[in-house]
Amino acid sequence: MIDLHGYGPRLAEGALVTIELAVLSLALAIVLGLITASAKMSRSWLAHRIGTLYTTIIRGVPDLVLMMLMFFGGQIGINMFTDWLYYQFDIDIFINVNEFVAGVITIGLIFGAYMGETFRGAFLAVDSGQIEAGRAYGMSQWLVFRRIRFPQMMRHAIPGLSNNWMVLLKTTALVSVIGLSDMVRVASEASKATREPFTFMLIVAVIYLLIASVSEWGFARLQKRYNVGYREAD
Amino acid sequence: MKLHKILSLGVLGTALIAGSASAEVRDIRIGVDVPYEPMEYRTPEGELTGFDIELGNALCAEIGIECEWVVQGWDGIIPGLMARKYDAIMSSMTINEQRREQVLFSDPYITPPSAWFAPADVEIGTPSEETLEGMTIGVQRGTLQDNYVTDMYGDVADVNRYATADDMVLDMDAGRLDAVFLDFPIGKSTLLDSEAGNYKVVGEMITEPKEYFGEGFGIAFRQRDQELAQAFNEALDTLQENGTYDEIHAKYFGEE
Amino acid sequence: MDALMTWLEAQLADNSIFTLQTFGYYGEGLTTTVQLVFLSLVIGLVAAVPLAIGRGSKRPWVKWPIFAYTYVFRGTPLLVQLYLIYYGVVFVEGIQETWLWVILEKPFVPALIAFTLNTAAYTTEIFHGAIQATPRGEIEAARAYGMSRRLMLRRIVLPSAFRRALPAYGNEVIFMLHASAIASVVTIMDLTGAARFVYARYYAPFEAFLFVAAIYLCLTFAILYFFRWLERRLLAHLKPASG
Repeated sequence: MIDLHGYGPRLAEGALVTIELAVLSLALAIVLGLITASAKMSRSWLAHRIGTLYTTIIRGVPDLVLMMLMFFGGQIGINMFTDWLYYQFDIDIFINVNEFVAGVITIGLIFGAYMGETFRGAFLAVDSGQIEAGRAYGMSQWLVFRRIRFPQMMRHAIPGLSNNWMVLLKTTALVSVIGLSDMVRVASEASKATREPFTFMLIVAVIYLLIASVSEWGFARLQKRYNVGYREAD
Repeated sequence: MKLHKILSLGVLGTALIAGSASAEVRDIRIGVDVPYEPMEYRTPEGELTGFDIELGNALCAEIGIECEWVVQGWDGIIPGLMARKYDAIMSSMTINEQRREQVLFSDPYITPPSAWFAPADVEIGTPSEETLEGMTIGVQRGTLQDNYVTDMYGDVADVNRYATADDMVLDMDAGRLDAVFLDFPIGKSTLLDSEAGNYKVVGEMITEPKEYFGEGFGIAFRQRDQELAQAFNEALDTLQENGTYDEIHAKYFGEE
Repeated sequence: MDALMTWLEAQLADNSIFTLQTFGYYGEGLTTTVQLVFLSLVIGLVAAVPLAIGRGSKRPWVKWPIFAYTYVFRGTPLLVQLYLIYYGVVFVEGIQETWLWVILEKPFVPALIAFTLNTAAYTTEIFHGAIQATPRGEIEAARAYGMSRRLMLRRIVLPSAFRRALPAYGNEVIFMLHASAIASVVTIMDLTGAARFVYARYYAPFEAFLFVAAIYLCLTFAILYFFRWLERRLLAHLKPASG
């Protein structure tokens, strides 16, 4: 058996942090992605511009730099605001952004931009005849979205979604640099204390591969579900 | 007296702490960067320990408040205090003028020098621009040692900056560094006393110039927390008189 | 040049953060980042071509090891790979005594190895996909001409696969530029390393990171436009005929 020098439980906790962080960021990214996709497809000039600006900036700057900006700068930004409240209105509040929340927000914000592109492409791929047919049945816009556009869009979006998730999962490793105790952070602390980098980093690599393999399998099943009624892609 | 409104808002899982106007010292959170053995480090179980941690806990007990430790990387430690992520820093922080512009310091609670460490088989004379030329020097990013080395030898030597002291020691063991510049007790504990490597101190203990090396380690507070700093200074006096300080000191640095 | 320097100095006179020293760090950082990314991309690209061909081979002992390699390197974070290589090489018995240590001692080469292995794995998969997507007609035509497998690969399959792979490869280049930011965790003074230094020294997160973000943004756009230009030139025949 591999000797973990007593770091086993902390490593397991770290793995849990990684998974929680990834899942919550994904949820946020999906919401932001849907909003961005609608903004970019909207007829409103302003919404379109804001959507484009957001995706361009996020996709042009390294994740790590964005994270550092958010972690180190974010709190100071918020404090400037609360200090301003204090001087202007004598309201003394303090909002503490903890590292986990900051991590979720940053990763969610980054991948929201990528998701936006995925969803936009997928919405555009939905046959417009189907939407017209829905309208002809007298469906409201919302009903058309819920019954026709969304399920059909998902069929096209799942490959991109799956791709984004895989990249997102690996991006969570970067929070270790900022100080959140995910499994990479625990492994690097452990490998320095015990001077056995191979043991701990290899374990972490295997856990990442496991998560990736399981999610690949999950996405394949999901794809099957949304593909009901279509021939298997050739 | 000012009127303070205490609001409580839940913002996406963020904790909210309302400011209090009273002079009474409240429970606080203390920021610390680990590992920096023997000053502050973790046991394999993840528990914090070390000279700063024990002395800090003793000080809090003396004042009669609860103290919670918050781990924060060194390069973000002062911004974290400003940002009110915690209320004090007790993390081997040297009192110097540059930092005084940002924070309020307690009286120094220990005054260790800095020193050069090198592998036993590396020949370095007394560190100077000539002897360090072309060498690779390790420092921890954002420390006064970083500032000193960058300003004094940045042009002649390669300066490798590390996020933690541990990273640096690992690279020293690997043979990637010719010398490191560290707080002496940390170098003693992680290099001189370590089993893995064979190291020596090069040259004299360094405490000058004061603009870099300051007056020893202090606890840092936000400028406006005068009463808090006062409470810690009084508690420090008490512990130094009643022998508790010497006990903790002996535990981590041996008898002198 | 001197005039420029004096002008710059005058401009920076009452600015404590953006001094000539800091700009020096950012400048060196830019050079390091560009070198690191460019070298790893070139080596990775050269390695990826045979790997991609082998990945589509019918022989299991060629195909599966390559698949395993791309699976592992695409399935784990680059940061973990970097840690493994940077701290791992040290534990190879006796390496400090060999000539290899001269290059592995500095963080640049271990980082270059990690980045190259990583980008080669992604590029292999991109090319593999592009090769798989070769239209059947092209292959049949080549066969009909009596081309050997090798000749067909060289004249027909690879050139058309390269063109198809271009957009995806452009993304990979941008991805690599952004991924290179982690070089700073193993003490390399790349762009991000310079920003972290400035931040730690002056406690100025906005100045340090916004400035570096702007540089990365410019680099990203340069790459983006370069690939757009390349696509226009090389993929012109795929455009729908106008009129």
